[in-house]
Amino acid sequence: MRSVLRYLGQAAVYGVIAVILGYFSVAPAYRHLPEEDSQVKISFAHGAKPKGECRRLTAAEIAELAPNMRRPTSCPRERLPLLLEFELDGNRMFSESLPPTGLAGDGPSRIYRTFPVAAGRHHVVVRMRDSDRTEGYDYEREAVVELVPRQIFVIGFKADTGNFVFVGAER
Amino acid sequence: MNLAKTWLRTGFQWAERALGLFFSDAWNPLFNLGALGFFYYWVVAVSGIYVYIFFDTGTTEAYDSIEYLTRDQWYLGGVMRSLHRYASDGMVLMMGIHMLREFSLDRYRGSRWFTWFTGVPIFWLVIVCGITGYWLVWDELAQYIAIATTELLDTLPIFGEPIAGNFLTPGSLDDRFFTLMIFIHIAAPLILLFILWIHLQRVSRPRINPPRGLAVGTFLMLVALSFVFPAESQGPADLGVVPATVDLDWYYLAGYPLIDLWPGWLVWSFAGTVTLILAVLPWMPPMRRTTGAVVNLDNCNGCARCVDDCPFNAVVMAPRSDGLAFDQEAVVNSDLCVGCGICAGACPTSTPFRRRREMVPGIDLADRPLKGVREQIEAVTSELSGARRVLIVGCDHGVPVAGLDIPNTAMIAMPCIGALPPSFIDFVFSRDLADGVCLAGCGEGECFNRFGVRWTEDRVARERDPYLRRRVPRERIALCWAASSERHRLEGAVQGFIATLPEAADSPPAMPPQQGVTVDA
Repeated sequence: MRSVLRYLGQAAVYGVIAVILGYFSVAPAYRHLPEEDSQVKISFAHGAKPKGECRRLTAAEIAELAPNMRRPTSCPRERLPLLLEFELDGNRMFSESLPPTGLAGDGPSRIYRTFPVAAGRHHVVVRMRDSDRTEGYDYEREAVVELVPRQIFVIGFKADTGNFVFVGAER
Repeated sequence: MNLAKTWLRTGFQWAERALGLFFSDAWNPLFNLGALGFFYYWVVAVSGIYVYIFFDTGTTEAYDSIEYLTRDQWYLGGVMRSLHRYASDGMVLMMGIHMLREFSLDRYRGSRWFTWFTGVPIFWLVIVCGITGYWLVWDELAQYIAIATTELLDTLPIFGEPIAGNFLTPGSLDDRFFTLMIFIHIAAPLILLFILWIHLQRVSRPRINPPRGLAVGTFLMLVALSFVFPAESQGPADLGVVPATVDLDWYYLAGYPLIDLWPGWLVWSFAGTVTLILAVLPWMPPMRRTTGAVVNLDNCNGCARCVDDCPFNAVVMAPRSDGLAFDQEAVVNSDLCVGCGICAGACPTSTPFRRRREMVPGIDLADRPLKGVREQIEAVTSELSGARRVLIVGCDHGVPVAGLDIPNTAMIAMPCIGALPPSFIDFVFSRDLADGVCLAGCGEGECFNRFGVRWTEDRVARERDPYLRRRVPRERIALCWAASSERHRLEGAVQGFIATLPEAADSPPAMPPQQGVTVDA
């Protein structure tokens, strides 16, 4: 009788452990984003223009270079930072200067940002400056988008087409 | 820190006693945490091999192949998948409790730093195994994990392109990504196994398999859980939709909400700080080192009993260096020696009867020699008189015997109960120093020096060398195992033992020697 009770007790202990294992393997649920919200992601890499103008080398300067390294111009290696702005329904959500990557600052500027946004119709504007101009922007795109709950709307940039890319609902 | 240990210890003692109502000491899950962790590892490995046979590495094939196992082949594939998940969760649970228990028992400092220190990467590797495993299912949870993980990794300045960019749109993910993940998911457990092997390098006779009864019980529990509550996926991943609510596996993914709440640098700093604190915990503060054991070659005959009994592989045998006619001699590695004295307790030359020559065993503790123990026994027992005189031999890690308040008892404390050679008990009765001897070590299943209690039980039961001599009346010896906080339990056990002793000092024991009383506190 005593051993039966012990085995029953062991079964009860295993049952408790099983409940603990099973419950915390899936619960409590974690809400990462409100169910009625959607998300805007900005993600791309783009190299701004070099910092400074290229300069034509003199004949003497070219002669000083190793034969396999001779070129007519000398351009600064470092790139300018990108200026990126993102507006949603007239509100400035993001405005930052994105520095170039690389130890010498000659790599592309990169961005990966997410913005939780209420679902519904939105006016999206995104602008970017990749030159040394002090006013205005080199690229700009705007659109009215209709976002359903939990939808991801991606803003990218393709240098070959020369403008922003919108992936997601657009009107 | 000490307060936290005391609270934890009290909690564990309560849980151990509660489980002790249903489990024997051998089967008590809290006394087999490391072994259970290993057992779950093998369950995960075998079930993982089965699941892998059916797994397809592709953006849609991965989810579909797991769904096939879960739905179409639920009776075997689904069970295997569930076993894979629940045994993995069990591994984390056992690992966490194992760490807390060793911390509460102060079994992580001093010479034990190595075992604790190598446990820290094990923790992270297990977490990596879990994360990559959930990733492979490629359901909504996998999508959340993939994006959160890569966004966190992108905060480190080591990746050229943001790797989270791989999960931007439904078309941006390549099948080959799953090949990479499956490679990591297989490689990480293999590395984990290698580090587990290193983890046990300084542990003598490590228990890596639970007792069969416990293994069967816990396996049946996993199987039952797999049938009653089978593991399921959470809907296929869709990179165009945010997995807003996910059912996290909190054993592996409890840190993920922090990725949403905190900036990346803070998450990395937090994880790094926790890791650093865990890694340096053995030196916060460092354990006071004893001089440890020393070998006296004049009395060492190279019998290797000390090597057999050392719980920490601190004694090895080496070729004889002093020209005596023995093949080998004992050599102590002071870096591994914790100074428990179990080796001295095992040495056949540790006999207190030696009078003509100075008592110097073949191996002994430099700062607490057995010669001093003999003198101490003689001194404390000289104050006892009348009937039912009892000598209580305690250990430094059990109940502090000096504070016991029991009439007509004398107390001495050893560094470990296993450091007392059985010949000392014989000595007490032969010299009529006491009518009973109570050996009071750490609680069952939590001996600070791992084998002190076990070896003492075996020696007194005459099952392990050095044996207690047959002429010693077994019924006059009580084995009282109690944790440091269980003073009242120990006092009750000792008083119960005293009541079994004859009232007249010269009365012979009532029971034959082999059927003695063991008072298990």
